[in-house]
Amino acid sequence: MTTTTVDAPKSVLSRIVAAGTHQRVLAFASLVVLLIGFAIASPNFMQTSNMLAILQATSVNGVLAIAVTLVIITGGIDLSVGTMMTFCAVITGVVLTYAGLPLPFGVLAAVLTGAVCGACSGTFVAKMAIPPFIATLGMMLILKGLSLVISGTRPIYFNDTPGFSEISRGSLIGDVIPSLPIPNGVLILFIVAGVTAYILNRTVLGRYCFALGSNEESVRLSGVNTQRWKIAIYALAGSIVGIAGLLIASRLNSAQPALGLGYELEAIAAVVIGGTSLSGGRGSILGSLIGALIMAVLTNGLRVLSVAQEWQTVVTGAIIILAVYADMMRRKNAK
Amino acid sequence: MLSRRSLIAALSASIAIASAPAAFAQDEIYIPLISKGFQHQFWQAVKAGADQAADEFGVRITFEGPDNETMVDRQIDMLAAALANNPGAIGFAALDSQAAIPLLRQAHDAGIPVIAFDSGVDSDIPVATATTDNVAAAALAADKMAEFLGGEGKVAVVAHDQTSRTGIDRRDGFLNQIEASYPNIEVVSVQYGAGDQLQSTEVAKAILTANPDLAGMFGTNEGSAIGIVNAVREMNSEDVVIIGYDSGKAQTDAIRAGLMAGAITQNPVGIGYETVKAAIAAMNGEEMPEIIDTGFYYYDQSNIDNPEIQAVLYD
Repeated sequence: MTTTTVDAPKSVLSRIVAAGTHQRVLAFASLVVLLIGFAIASPNFMQTSNMLAILQATSVNGVLAIAVTLVIITGGIDLSVGTMMTFCAVITGVVLTYAGLPLPFGVLAAVLTGAVCGACSGTFVAKMAIPPFIATLGMMLILKGLSLVISGTRPIYFNDTPGFSEISRGSLIGDVIPSLPIPNGVLILFIVAGVTAYILNRTVLGRYCFALGSNEESVRLSGVNTQRWKIAIYALAGSIVGIAGLLIASRLNSAQPALGLGYELEAIAAVVIGGTSLSGGRGSILGSLIGALIMAVLTNGLRVLSVAQEWQTVVTGAIIILAVYADMMRRKNAK
Repeated sequence: MLSRRSLIAALSASIAIASAPAAFAQDEIYIPLISKGFQHQFWQAVKAGADQAADEFGVRITFEGPDNETMVDRQIDMLAAALANNPGAIGFAALDSQAAIPLLRQAHDAGIPVIAFDSGVDSDIPVATATTDNVAAAALAADKMAEFLGGEGKVAVVAHDQTSRTGIDRRDGFLNQIEASYPNIEVVSVQYGAGDQLQSTEVAKAILTANPDLAGMFGTNEGSAIGIVNAVREMNSEDVVIIGYDSGKAQTDAIRAGLMAGAITQNPVGIGYETVKAAIAAMNGEEMPEIIDTGFYYYDQSNIDNPEIQAVLYD
C-alpha cells in the first residue's frame, strides 16, 4: 500500500499525490464515476438542461460550503450559515424592496450583513472563548428569529428590482455563447471559489487560517494576535454567506424568511466529502466545491432514476460515510 | 489504493441497484408529482391516491416533496429533475409560486401540461387545480363551532401559516363565517404555529393563558389541531371546544377520546387521484374545469367509523 507512490515517482498521479492533493483526486474520481454511472443508467441524465440544473442546484450549497471550509480549517465549525444566508437575503429585501434603493446597494447590504454576522460569531468564539459549536448554534437561532421579525414572517419579493433575478438566473456566458447558457449563479460560485482559494493559499490571512487550525497555541505564543485573525476569518466567511444569500434570493426572486435550517449540515457534508478535516488545519476550497457537486449530482441523479425518496436519503447518507471513510483509509495508508 | 477501488466499486454498485427499477419503464407515460411535503401522513395519502390512479390508467408516477415546507429552492430542484425525464404531464403543489415560474414556463413551452394540486400555483400555466375548497370547509368548521357554543362565546384560531393559500383560505373562511353569521361569537386571537405540533402547543397555551374564559379553538391543519389538544391537556382546560382540520392518527384518537369535538377532513386520496386523472386528460387535450373540487367532510365521534368517512381518513 505505502509503496505505490514510490514505485512510480514520475507518473502525474503520484506527483499530484506528492503535492498533497490526493483527496481532491479521490473526490473528483468519485464525481466522475457518479456522472458516468448515472449517464449509463438513464439516457435523460446527460442532457445540457439537466447538467445546468445540477450546477444551478450546486450554486447556493457550494458557496455556503466554501464559507464553512474557512471556519472548519481554523478548527471551528459554523452552524449558522443556513439562517445567516436567509438573514442576508431578508436584509437585501429590506434595502431593495422596502427602502426602494438601487440594486448595487442590495448587493452591498448582503455582503456587509454577512460580514457583520460573521464578525459577531468570530467575537463570541475568539474573545469570549465560547466553543464554536455553541456560539454559532446561538447565532443560527438569533438570525432565524431576526429574519422572521424583520420580514414579518412573510416572503419579501423583488418584483420592483427588475435586474435582481438575473444575478442567479440570468446568463452572461449564454449571452456570448448561446449554446452554453451557464447561469450567473454558477459563474459566481466559481468566482467565489477562485478568490477564496487565492486568499487561503496566497495571503497571510489564509496562512493564519491553517496555522490556527493546526496549533493555535503556538501561533499565539509566537506573538500573533490570534483573536483578531480569527474574527477576520469568521467575517470573511460571513461575507461569503452574504453572497449565498444573494444567490438564493435571486433564484427564488424573494427572500423566504423561514428557510435556512438544515442548509448548514448539507454545506458541512460537502466540505467533509471534499476532504477537509473537521479537526482543522487541513482542507481545500476545490475539495469543498467538488463535494458540493457530488451532493448535487447524487440528489439529481437519484431523482432522474426515479428512486423512491426514502431511499434517496439513505443513499446520500451512505455516500457521505463512505467518502469520509475512504479519506481516512487513504491517510492511514499514507503513513 | 484499496480504498479508492472499494469506494468506486461501492458507488457503481449503488448506482446499479438504483437504476434497476427505472430500466423497464422507458416507454410508459411518466407523470411526476412534486408535492409540498413527503413524510407527513397527509402527503402519503395524496401519494396513495396518485398510485391508485396510476395503476388504474397504466401510467408511471413518481411522488416527491421537500423535507419541510420552507425549502422552496429544494422543490425547484425537484421540478428541474422531473423535467429532465421527459414527463407526459406534471402535477405540482407550489411552496412559492413565483419561484417556480421559470421552470413552469419551460414545461409549458415544451408542451407539458401542468396540473396544480392542493394549494395550487398562482399562475395561468396550470390547466387545472385539484384542491379542497378550503374557504367552504373552514366555514363549515365555524358553523359546527357555533353549534357547540350555542352561538356565543370567545374563540381563537391556531393557524399553520399566514402566507400559503391554504393557510389564508382556512383562516379567512372561518373568520368570515363567524363574522357574517354569529355576531355573539368573538374571535379573540389568531396565532400561527407553522403547522408544527410543538410550536402550535406553545402558541395555544399562550392563548389559553391570556384568555381563561376561552370557549373554543380552531386548528387549521393537523399540526395546529394536535398542538391545541396538547395545550388543553397540559393546561387542564378540557371544557374548551376544539375543532381540527385534516385527519391523522393523533387527531382521530383525540376525537374518539372526546378531547376534540370534531374535525374537517379533506380528501387527500381524492386529491392525488384527481391530479393524475386530470394530467392524463390534459395530455389527451380534453377540456376540463379550472378548479377540480376534491371534496371535504366534517367528522366527529358519531360518524368517524362510517365507511364514507373511513375512506378519506388516513392514519
